[in-house]
Amino acid sequence: MLLNYEVIDNKLIIKFDGELDHHVAENIRVELDEMIEKKRTKHLIFNLADLRFMDSSGIGVIMGRYKNISKMGGKVAIIEVPEKIDKIFSLSGLYRIVEKYENLTEALNRL
Amino acid sequence: MEYKNYMKLEFDSKSQNESFARVVVASFAAQLDPTLEEISDIKTAVSEAVTNAIIHGYEDKMGVVTLTCKIHNNELEILVEDNGRGINDIPQAMEPLFTSKPELERSGMGFTVMETFMDQVYVYSEPGKGTSIRMVKKFKSLVAE
Repeated sequence: MLLNYEVIDNKLIIKFDGELDHHVAENIRVELDEMIEKKRTKHLIFNLADLRFMDSSGIGVIMGRYKNISKMGGKVAIIEVPEKIDKIFSLSGLYRIVEKYENLTEALNRL
Repeated sequence: MEYKNYMKLEFDSKSQNESFARVVVASFAAQLDPTLEEISDIKTAVSEAVTNAIIHGYEDKMGVVTLTCKIHNNELEILVEDNGRGINDIPQAMEPLFTSKPELERSGMGFTVMETFMDQVYVYSEPGKGTSIRMVKKFKSLVAE
């Protein structure tokens, strides 16, 4: 799993490239928290276009980051969600706390 | 015409084997001419069951996870077994959002995912002996000769 980062307009955009399961979740968590700490943006945007697999471990990773960011008054958005991953997000109730947008332009405008 | 096939695999309870297990089941299921959605469903369900065996069944200890697949006509039955600590309260473990390991940021959605993505899920467990999860998926396509 590769993570790519970009900061636009006080928003940290994280692009996942690979598979997110329990095996990689711990390292991803550490890397994400280090980057969030370093960049200190208000909001987070996860781009899932190249996320090829995710199980419920991924829900834990996103919920954990949401808890931290929302304490500081920030929001979390996810964009370009593949259909198969959308199914597991809907099931988990994640969309009650995390905002879903089609693409980066929309997320940048709305957050 | 009746069609049957069978496979069985054993592997160490290492998290590296989670992706191995789901890819094996997806490959085995290819003979059922699955849709992309069906393949994604079984990969996710297998990943949940194997992850449960590794983190809850064996915790930090090393053990063996057994994965068995049986095809009967257009049905795939998947069995994931461990000889770990077992589950004391199965209904509680299967509740959405219940997790015995919140410190690991587990979402508690594993069984809910299995039940949603598969047609049937059965859990057998004995404390101190182990857990076995049996899941069945019916494929929409007809089986080839």
